[in-house]
This record gives sequence, C-alpha cells and structure tokens, in this order.
Amino acid sequence: MNFKFILKAISVALVSFSLTLISAVSFAATDVRIMWYGDGDKENVPIAAQIDEFNAANPDINVILDIVPYDAIMNTLPIQLAAGEGPDIARVTDLGGLNKYYADITPYVADPSYYEKSFGPFLNWYRKPGDTTSIHGFHSTMTVTGPYVNKTLFEQAGVDLLGPGATWEEWAAVSIEVAEKTGTPIPMAWDRSGHRVSGPAISMGAKYFDSNGDPKLVDDGLKAMTQMLYDWHQAGTMSKDLWGSVSGSKYHAPNDWWNAAEVVFMMSGSWQIGRFANEVGDDFDWWAVPAPCGPAACTGMPGGNALLAFNANPAVGKVMDYLSSKEQLSSFIGQVLAIPGHLDLQVDYQTDDPNAKHALNTFAGAVPTIDQVAFDLQAHVDNRIMFNAIISRLGQAIVGEMTMEEAWERMDEDVEKQLKEKYGG
Amino acid sequence: MENIRNQTKIFFLRILNIPFAFLMHAIDLIMWPIQKIIGVRNMPYIFLLPNLIFFGLFVIIPLGANFFFSLSSGDELLFAERELPTTKQYDQLFDCESYLNPNTCTEDFFWRGVYNTIFFVVFQVGLMIFFSVLTAVILNKKIIGRGFFRSVFFFPVLLSPVVVGLIWQWILLKNGAFNAIIESYGGDKVSFLTDPSWAMASVIFVSIWAHMGFYTLIVLAGLQAIPPNLYEAAEMDGTSRERIFFRITLPLLMPNLLVVFILASIKGVQTFDEIYVLTGGGPGTSTSLIVQYIFTTGFASSGSVQNFGLAAAASMVLGVVLLFLTLMQLYFSRNKESKHQEI
Repeated sequence: MNFKFILKAISVALVSFSLTLISAVSFAATDVRIMWYGDGDKENVPIAAQIDEFNAANPDINVILDIVPYDAIMNTLPIQLAAGEGPDIARVTDLGGLNKYYADITPYVADPSYYEKSFGPFLNWYRKPGDTTSIHGFHSTMTVTGPYVNKTLFEQAGVDLLGPGATWEEWAAVSIEVAEKTGTPIPMAWDRSGHRVSGPAISMGAKYFDSNGDPKLVDDGLKAMTQMLYDWHQAGTMSKDLWGSVSGSKYHAPNDWWNAAEVVFMMSGSWQIGRFANEVGDDFDWWAVPAPCGPAACTGMPGGNALLAFNANPAVGKVMDYLSSKEQLSSFIGQVLAIPGHLDLQVDYQTDDPNAKHALNTFAGAVPTIDQVAFDLQAHVDNRIMFNAIISRLGQAIVGEMTMEEAWERMDEDVEKQLKEKYGG
Repeated sequence: MENIRNQTKIFFLRILNIPFAFLMHAIDLIMWPIQKIIGVRNMPYIFLLPNLIFFGLFVIIPLGANFFFSLSSGDELLFAERELPTTKQYDQLFDCESYLNPNTCTEDFFWRGVYNTIFFVVFQVGLMIFFSVLTAVILNKKIIGRGFFRSVFFFPVLLSPVVVGLIWQWILLKNGAFNAIIESYGGDKVSFLTDPSWAMASVIFVSIWAHMGFYTLIVLAGLQAIPPNLYEAAEMDGTSRERIFFRITLPLLMPNLLVVFILASIKGVQTFDEIYVLTGGGPGTSTSLIVQYIFTTGFASSGSVQNFGLAAAASMVLGVVLLFLTLMQLYFSRNKESKHQEI
C-alpha cells in the first residue's frame, strides 16, 4: 500500500461524502415556520390537521406549526422581527402595526387576483401607506365587536330584550334591572380593551382622526363614551374588579364571570361564539344582540386576524395558497364558528347550538352596519397606540389615580409621545 | 496480603490517572509557551480569561449596549437604524413639574413605579427583618419539631416566583379560598388584589412569605454564632429576658441584620415576577414597580411603540440605585471582616 493509493482512497471518500451531503441538502424539504396563536383546541386542532394534510401532500415542504400564547404574538413577535428573526408566517391581530416586516408574496402565489377578489378590502389593512398592490397574506377570520346578553336571566326577570336602535343608556338600564331582579352581581362587563371601547365611542360621535387623517384621539364622542364607562364603574353597573384589576394596557376578559352566569350583559365580540358554545353549553341561553346606538351610529369595530408572510419564497406562497383556498378556509371557519374574512365563502357551521347560530347571524348581519370611521380606525397602522392610551388611562381614572379630565389629557399626550418616538420629531 | 492490596490500588489509580495526565500534558503544551512569553507573574490573568470572556459577553457588553440604547431614540432595535446620540430619554424620564406628584411628570408611570418601589421596599424589608428575627429567635430555641419548622419556613424560598404568584392569586382573589373562609364566617368579601388600598399590602405580605425563609436562615446562623457564655453570665447576673435580647442578642446580630437589610433591599428593588403574576401591577398602577415599567415600556407594549431607549434609560437609573446598595453591602461586609480580624 503506497502513499499514492492512500491519497486516492481519501480523495474518493471525500468526494463521495460531499456528493451524499449535496444530494441530502438538495432533497431536504424546505421548512416553513408558522407562529400561530389559537383560542384553545377549538382553533388549534383544525389548523394542525390542515397542516398535517398539507405536509403529507407536499413532501418537498415541511410546515412547522408553533402554537404560542397570544402574548407572544403581541410582545415577542415584534422583537423577533426587529432583530431580523421571526417565523415565515404568523397569525397576527396588530395588522397594520407590523407592516414594515411583511413580505410581498405576489410572485409566489398561484393566482394573485384570487386574493384581491376574496380578501380585497382587508389587504389594505396590511399594506404600507401608499401601497395598493402587495399581497402579504389573507384574513383568517373576521371579527366584529358587539354585546352578548344572558337571555335566561332576562327571561327569569321578565324583562324584554331590547331591539335594534336601543341606546347604550337603555341597555345599561335594563341590565341593572335584570341584575336586581335576579340577584346577579354584575349587570355589565366589558373586555378590558381599547378596541372594544372604540365601536361604542364611534357610536357616540368619536372621530379618532383630524381633518388631515392624522390621529386625534380625544373628542366629545370619546369623552362621552369613556365618561359613561367611568360612571358605570363608580355606580357599580360594571365591577372594578375587571378593569381595575390590572395595569397599563393589559387585556382582560370577563369570561369567567360570564360562564358562571354572574353577568347580564357582556361587551366582547364574535370570536367568543365558539368558546361560549363549548364552555356555557346548556347552562343558560346566551344571545348576541345588535350593537347599541349613540347619537352618531350603532356600530361595533371590525377586526380579525390574518396569516401574514414575513418571508417570500415559493414554499411560503404554496402554503398561503393552500390555507387561503375556499375549501380549507370553509372547513376551518365551519369548525371554529367564526365570521369568514373571505368575501365569497359558503360555510357549513358545525354546531347544533341555537345560541351560537343566532350569534353568528347577528354578527354577520352587523358587518354592513359598521361605521366607516370604524373601518378607517381598524385600517390605521397606529390604531394600537390609540387603543392602549384609552385603556391604560381610563383604567387609572376608574381606580381613582386621576380624574377623567386628567385621563383625557394623558390619552392625547400618550398618543403624541409614541408617534414622536416612532416617526421622530 | 496488605501489600498486594495496596499495590493493586496504586495500579488502578495510575490507570485512572492516565487520561488526566494526558490532559495536563496537553494543557502544558499550550501553557508553557504562553508562560515563556508573558512570565509566571501574569499567568493568573490567563486562567481568569475564560471566565472574563463569558462575563464580558453576557454582562459587560449588554451593559454597554443598554447604556448606548439609553442614549438613542426610535422604535428600531438595531443600532444602525436608531437616532444617536440623544439625552431625550433621560430628559423625558426626569421631566416633572413636581417630583412628589407623578401626575405632573411626562413619564408618570415611571414615577409611580419609583414611589411604589420605595413604599414596597421600606415596608417589605422592614417587616421581613422583623419577622425573620422573630422566627429565627423561636427556631433557635429547643422546641419540639425544630428541624421540621426550619424546613417549613425555608420551603417557600424554593418555589418559583410565578408559582408563588399563582398560588396566592387563587387564595386572595375575590372568589378565592380566603374570601370563601371569610364568607363562611358571615363576613363580606374583600378585594385583596383589586382594591388599591389592599393590593400593595397583599403583595408585600406575599413577598415576605416567599422570601422570609432565606433571611431567617442568615439570622439563625448569626444567633448560633453568639457565644453561649454571654447568656450564661447574664442569667447569673439576673438580667431580664428583654434586656438580654436588646443588650446582647440584637447588638451581636447587627452585622447579620445589615447583610439581611442590604440583600433584601436589593432584591426588593428588583421585584417583578411574583407581583406581575399576582396583580399585573394593578389595580391602576398601585402595585406597578420600576422593573415592570421597564418591562412594559421595552418589551410588552401590546402593539404600542416598543420604546427600547426609554426602557434602557430607566434601567440605567435602576442600575445606579442597585450599585449604591451593592457598594453599601461591600462596605459593611468588609467592615465586618476587619472587625473580626481585629478581634
């Protein structure tokens, strides 16, 4: 065995090893990572099944579904993206706030016109100002904010439900009446969220923007609604234990009270339907009712969540095409009992619950009544700054840390300060 | 026989020693030339280097980055995209008409955090020292089940702050265990966590419960170090129990109490997780401390601007406070050591 032979043997081994490595790499599936938050198994199980199905049909793509808490989407994802990391796709609710990170997948989707036709009005919510063509993703579900009532309590109290056109004051009055007659501890409970306050505030005449279209939070309409919320807390119509229980802009929902039938009237939104159907069950009848009115409108806030791309490549395009297809979306929406964000989708809702069916009809029927200001606010990139200012300052006023006058002043200052930090100046 | 056994033992030890000898020779191959170049006197620096590299990487560099962040503005994370240098964040933090009234400050949440932290530290540390001494004095006596009680008091220290927060949330919530007991005796429910007048007291209580065991242990060690002959002499003189405690126990415990005071103050200023789980900083901002302000401003803005610069500036201010407390601790512990040496 001479030296040349050993050298040849080593060379052959190296070449074979390299070829094996290259072929392994070239045949390896492309990973597509999705960061997904879901409202429990109700949403997580259907999406996981769809992903499994996709992976089985597409051996060249490996979709990895990371199911995370909602907080991770709101707080961790923006930091990951700012650091140049993050998933390929994420399910997002701060639709405009993250728009600088979205990738344009137009070249990689099979039919860009399908997205325009199916999700048209929502696509602008994701785009940067001035952009009218990019495709970043699609609306997974649409949501509408609005109230629910414990119908059983109304029946027990012998009080009739109010119809369309009833005002916020009238709903508060009947909720108090029902609570008193039935011994229910909390007449009214709202999600602790600026988004939830905004529909009613717009109904009271809030405009949210000045004549140039720039954010201008506090006006008479917003003052009227926030004052009403403040008064309800002081009068005991709403419990301070929810809004006053946490700090800053932290979201808090009264679901535990609602499920325990301790609330007559709950202000939340369409995304709760599936949860109520599961959690309330036959304990009591619950109905969604039309958005109460103010002097300016009778509107809720539109919203929803979208699957948006942060990387553009053929694999991401293929995954988006699959998940946004009518077949997959219809199946998903039917299982999670939500309002579709697709404009032309027939959904066969998989529920026998009459309360859920009624609520789905009520919220779907509310979409055409949503005020234009509400749509503009939802589409604005800085809407979260305004929502958070409302909730943190109103929360402070409710527990007595400042007056409502001071809270309104602070709301405007907070918005101004944050916009300055973001855009300079 | 004994000789054979010893030889076998030595043989196996030598076999076991082979890898170590090999390793030491390998290290020697690297170290010998270095020693030749820099000299024996400078070799300790070489041995400290690995630790210093990690310390620099994970402490010094982040500290420097934090300082530079505090001198920048914008909502971008990368330095290249941030506006630098600016004292805007510090100006904003300290912009107050009256420092005594947070409502007059631009960053009122920061100043509420400062005042809440001061209040929290004063009462938490004061009460904790009191209860630690009380518990340690009792546990130092020959009582039945002393070992068991020492373990019981130390046990909460082993729990994660999140677990502590969750356990006490279940107990103190309006529909929690404690209110159930109050109601069963005909009392009215108390909003321990959602009433501003109760919330701070509740978090101080929980914090003392969670950390007292550790400080009790330090005080107990101090009590056991007091020479028993001092007590015997006092008893022979007919000194009262109170006088023994105030004239012998307490003065001799003072060095330990100083350590407890400073360690508890540092820990108190840094408190975040258990309160965040317990009350979320609420109601309003009544239990929101400085660290929560930093966390919320920098990382948990829920869709608002993540103001890394402002958070960094606030953490620099917090860093100065902690540095002061650490220097105090170093001063007193060195003072204690030199007194021991004098004795």
